[in-house]
Amino acid sequence: MALTLEQVRHVATLARLALTPEEEQRFTTQLSAVLDAVAQLQSLDVEAVEPTSHATLAASLLREDVMKPSLPPEKSLANAPAKSGTSFAVPKIIE
Amino acid sequence: MQLTDLTMLELAAKLAERAVSSEEATRACLERIRQVDSKVRAFLRVDEEGALAAARASDARRKAGSPASALDGVPLGLKDIFLTEGVETTAGSRILEGFVPPYDATVVRLLKDAGLPLVGKLNMDEFAMGSSNESSAYFPSHNPWDLARTPGGSSGGSAAAVAAREVFGALGTDTGGSIRQPAAFTNTVGLKPTYGRVSRYGVIAYASSLDQPGPMARTVADTAALLQLIARHDPQDSTSAAVETPDYQADLEAGVRGLKLGVPREYFIEGIDPEVEASIRETLREYERLGATLVDVSLPHTKYALATYYLLASSEASSNLARYDGIRYGQRAKDARGLKELYALTRERGFGPEVKRRIMLGTYALSAGYYDAYYLRAQKVRTLIREDFTKAFQQVDAVLSPTSPVPAFKLGEKVDDPLSMYLMDVFTLPCNLAGLPGLAVPCGFTKAGLPVGLQILGRPFDEARLLRIARAFEREHDFFRRPAPL
Repeated sequence: MALTLEQVRHVATLARLALTPEEEQRFTTQLSAVLDAVAQLQSLDVEAVEPTSHATLAASLLREDVMKPSLPPEKSLANAPAKSGTSFAVPKIIE
Repeated sequence: MQLTDLTMLELAAKLAERAVSSEEATRACLERIRQVDSKVRAFLRVDEEGALAAARASDARRKAGSPASALDGVPLGLKDIFLTEGVETTAGSRILEGFVPPYDATVVRLLKDAGLPLVGKLNMDEFAMGSSNESSAYFPSHNPWDLARTPGGSSGGSAAAVAAREVFGALGTDTGGSIRQPAAFTNTVGLKPTYGRVSRYGVIAYASSLDQPGPMARTVADTAALLQLIARHDPQDSTSAAVETPDYQADLEAGVRGLKLGVPREYFIEGIDPEVEASIRETLREYERLGATLVDVSLPHTKYALATYYLLASSEASSNLARYDGIRYGQRAKDARGLKELYALTRERGFGPEVKRRIMLGTYALSAGYYDAYYLRAQKVRTLIREDFTKAFQQVDAVLSPTSPVPAFKLGEKVDDPLSMYLMDVFTLPCNLAGLPGLAVPCGFTKAGLPVGLQILGRPFDEARLLRIARAFEREHDFFRRPAPL
């Protein structure tokens, strides 16, 4: 299936990637080729098949809902590119 | 023979009888790294200070007669995907350059508690997306058996370091073959445990329903010993299985007499390297001589595994990697105007081409109007692939195949051809989709001297049997004694 340049730009917006024009071109070609290759799945009849969302073979486990210690703010913020007091600093969202 | 030529268990025995100290063993690793890593380039960073401090603490425990584990004092390397408190962790990506984790991954804590000095962080394909280490944002690692070739990926740095005898063993992760393929390329043993066997807490996520950490070492017994330390239920990973950990050494020497070993006809396909096929066929005959029965089995949906994997793994990756937004950690595009541009520029500059390609594919496959056709359909085909194995394991105890269709390829050979690169993983992907354990063990060399690895797949939580089958062959050959020509 051939992807259009417009579709690639739309997907890049969804993925929050500011692709260069050269990348947009390259991904249009490469992703079209990958989609061609995965199109083979369309030939299988999977109407009656249940999807597998996880490989977990043991029953999923529940745990007690109790509070446990978590990271202190100074550790949580230690890698922040910008911070303000005990908060992460971000650009203004509402102009 | 140098200290670094010892296996983990040989070193452990010498440490136990106090013929050698952990500090000496750790210094020997650091010296070996200084000698060969400018050629192999396995390490992203070496934690000399931390490793030596841990080694001295280990020696103190020995002196006091209270070692913390069977491997107390044995130096190890870690793929740079495991969070290490206070030691930079990048997952091979620019976007995490300078990131110093505030806590340890569960498996890292287990290794520290067991007394193993952690020598450093090993190179990998960016966010584990790749089969050659060439998608590392920093540099590619080289195969110690031929420096012009890749050590495989994504745990290529781990495999290269173990093969080059820079460390005694390492941890890797395997999402579609990332432990087994590099092991096969480097004459080392790699085990991808059953999904849920080893905790993923603190392991940087690529595709959460497929990712699984595991041991890499030079021998089967070393691999078993390392698995012993990390295989346990972890309440901090909700997908971790509450299953008893058996004694992985107990049946290691039990041999294969009476076992039924499946040979899947779909794994001997056109395009497989003739020398790889010959080596695997010879290995199969050897198993017959050792008393196993070979059984022809069919895994009919094998040919759909590649497409299924790339849709599911890319979709999960696009969701997992949404967290790299320049807000809480990692790099940030400081010149961006407004929040949206900050996200988009941070990610554009921080991610490499392979990661962007998979994020794009996954975002597309999950987007409105395409979800049913791609993601949901792939999940259904995943069920068919799982059922293939369930049926096969009604007939046989394990399934044997090549690990990779080719031996280690040249660096640069496939880097511009993503589809051909993806094909490298055709024999390793189905195991992850089915959540099964898989092991790669050295089984020979090509005429040019490149290692070939046998893959052994088993039933869920049947790691002990895989190790036993691998050991039966290893006992006859000892390929692991052969040093790489460095």
